[in-house]
Amino acid sequence: MQKILFVDPEKCTGCRLCEIACSLHHEKVSNPSRARIQIVKWENAGLFIPMICQQCETPICEIVCPMGAISRDEKTGAMLINKELCVGCKLCVMFCPLGGVGIDKNRKILKCDLCDGDPLCVKYCIPGALQFMDANVINIKKRRIAAEKLSELMKKLLEVSL
Amino acid sequence: MYLLYNHLVPGIDPLSLENVLLVGAGLLTGIPALGSGRCDIAAKSPITGAIGDSNIGGFFAPEMRMAGFDHLVITGKAEKPSYLWIHDGEIEILDASHLWGKDTFETQTLIRSDHGDEEIKSLVIGQAGENLVRFANVRTGMKNSAGRTGMGCVMGSKNLKAIAARGTLDVEFTHPDQLLTYCKEMIDMVMKNRYSRAASKWGTLIIYSTTNTTGLIRTRNFQLNQLEQGWDIEPEEMDKYTIGMSGCYGCPVSCRHRYTLKEGSFAPIFAEGPEYTSLGAFGTMVDCKKMETILVANHLVNKYGIDTLETGGLIAWAMELYEKGIITEKMTDGLRLEWGNEEVVFELIRKISQREGFGSVLADGFKNAIAKIGNESEYYAIKVKGMSNLHSDERPTPSLALGIATSTRGADHLRSRPAIDLYGLPEDFLEEIYGGSMSSDYRSYKGKSRMVWWQELLYAVTDSLGTCKFQTVFLAVHAPKWEEYSKLIYLVSGMQYSIPQLMDIGERIYTIERMFNIREGFSRKDDALPERYFEEATPIGLPRVKGLKIDREKFEKMLDEYYTLHGWDNNGVPTNKILQKLGIEREPSQII
Repeated sequence: MQKILFVDPEKCTGCRLCEIACSLHHEKVSNPSRARIQIVKWENAGLFIPMICQQCETPICEIVCPMGAISRDEKTGAMLINKELCVGCKLCVMFCPLGGVGIDKNRKILKCDLCDGDPLCVKYCIPGALQFMDANVINIKKRRIAAEKLSELMKKLLEVSL
Repeated sequence: MYLLYNHLVPGIDPLSLENVLLVGAGLLTGIPALGSGRCDIAAKSPITGAIGDSNIGGFFAPEMRMAGFDHLVITGKAEKPSYLWIHDGEIEILDASHLWGKDTFETQTLIRSDHGDEEIKSLVIGQAGENLVRFANVRTGMKNSAGRTGMGCVMGSKNLKAIAARGTLDVEFTHPDQLLTYCKEMIDMVMKNRYSRAASKWGTLIIYSTTNTTGLIRTRNFQLNQLEQGWDIEPEEMDKYTIGMSGCYGCPVSCRHRYTLKEGSFAPIFAEGPEYTSLGAFGTMVDCKKMETILVANHLVNKYGIDTLETGGLIAWAMELYEKGIITEKMTDGLRLEWGNEEVVFELIRKISQREGFGSVLADGFKNAIAKIGNESEYYAIKVKGMSNLHSDERPTPSLALGIATSTRGADHLRSRPAIDLYGLPEDFLEEIYGGSMSSDYRSYKGKSRMVWWQELLYAVTDSLGTCKFQTVFLAVHAPKWEEYSKLIYLVSGMQYSIPQLMDIGERIYTIERMFNIREGFSRKDDALPERYFEEATPIGLPRVKGLKIDREKFEKMLDEYYTLHGWDNNGVPTNKILQKLGIEREPSQII
């Protein structure tokens, strides 16, 4: 089963190890402005949200690409850009609603390729804000977290009725 | 340190335009491990007159490096409030009149909106730096401070409100692929130890549980060595206020709390911290037993931009003087400086920052305040070279005591603290680490000079590389040190250094700091502990730490051994032999 790169912003500590590892792996330099992932921060409120391509099921980047250069890698599930076909029109950058496709100062298109099925950002994310897992595992985890909150509510209700 | 030694004329007033401010990134800045976002700020200190040097985490150093600058040397003084704007190879001096009078948080927000870029990282000063509070600090982000030695005061004296950076240039390494793999090994090594994992949850506050239970914490200034009934400031108490942790650049540990305070006269507050030092500064030393007090005080000192530790140390000292009747309400503007009075603590923080009344007396630091209050007050001041010690009581621990006495920048735990001495590790294991025999009992003097010397060299190298001290041999034993540093240096730069060569670099840095201080008139007599360490025994604590004080004779002997290890003579002056070995016998060679 293809895995999904799952982001849990509540766990992110904003350390940017994902950004550094990504740029070092893909561009061979340390430079977060050339990473495929970015932690968007509201420092004064303590909010850190990692933003990365979600490998959409209906990928707008694929639809708008006039060259048909973007397609899904069946092995990993990643949407990949075929460098031979890409003309650098940047329509994917313009239309992606999540900022999932970026562009660096050398006008190079930056897009997460899931590191060929073994995403490095996940390995470097020690707090576990980034995880790579099966869809059904995600469901179970999310529901358990939500249920925990509900269970607390239930406990309170029980206390009241007692 | 080399630059400072060479750029400064001896004997100058630290607040004059002859003082030089240095801001530096390190060789490992930007690697994906070890908290590679550390930045070093140095100048002659307005508190001590000795070397001023403070290290700050956060995100500034890598941003400056990606903006194309590794080191800044700032001389002279601006005519009007200004800030430096560094971006992709450019550096500009901009008007800061709209930032003057703003606190450290507002200043950063305003600079970001000036340039319409949320990714800008700035080093800033608050109102305290503008008002030339001697221990004003330099801050970045919500949490990070270059707290010690008054670097914010030096910035204020230069009319320099901030240094802002934004960079998109590449930081290149010689062996990027190997570096990436090796950094993961470093992360795993750091996270394998229990200290790092606990710090990921409660930050440096975890130290309190052990030190307070044992009796190693100064309380009511220096009257007790344990905060009795201090359970409400145990680290777990933070769980009530925290919304999650926060990490500096390239750090897997993330030891910073993000917290909110929804009630109280200062609410609502969103802030980061507090560190173990703030817990002592506004908790144990002033005898406040509530976490909320510490959280508010931590926020206030950060907002105004003053050193948490110096502030707490001075307030605790003033409270003891008030108790002893050495100062009265006449001098304190009517404030009743009673133990545990949080309102007084908050008010004094504000008064110090604004230099108002009695606050202005304290704002000048121990040396000047003693001159104003009277010599009688000096005995109660827990300071070395004019700078306050943290809330740690070193009477039962000779190694830690020697460390604060010899620290080049004044009483300080971050120059050498061999905290692993407290673990009672087997002696053969200690010998393996430190390369000489020593007692495993933390109350012993045997071999402890070697511990301090070794840690001084290690921390000098760590600071110089631009990585975090919490990720080397500090509170954890199995952590990256010489061997790992050597490999990292090779992978980023291709330069090959053996372990002895790296230790020599540490020795060179520390010896230059020593020479700087000697040139400013410091000598063996300044490597001294406060008198109370020799006169008063610890009144409480576990049986093994109760009733202890520092033995003067043994301490002096330890100091002799320590000098010998450094290759310095009996007065603490580096010998020609060591200067030649380190290749610095002609320094300073290029005074400007």
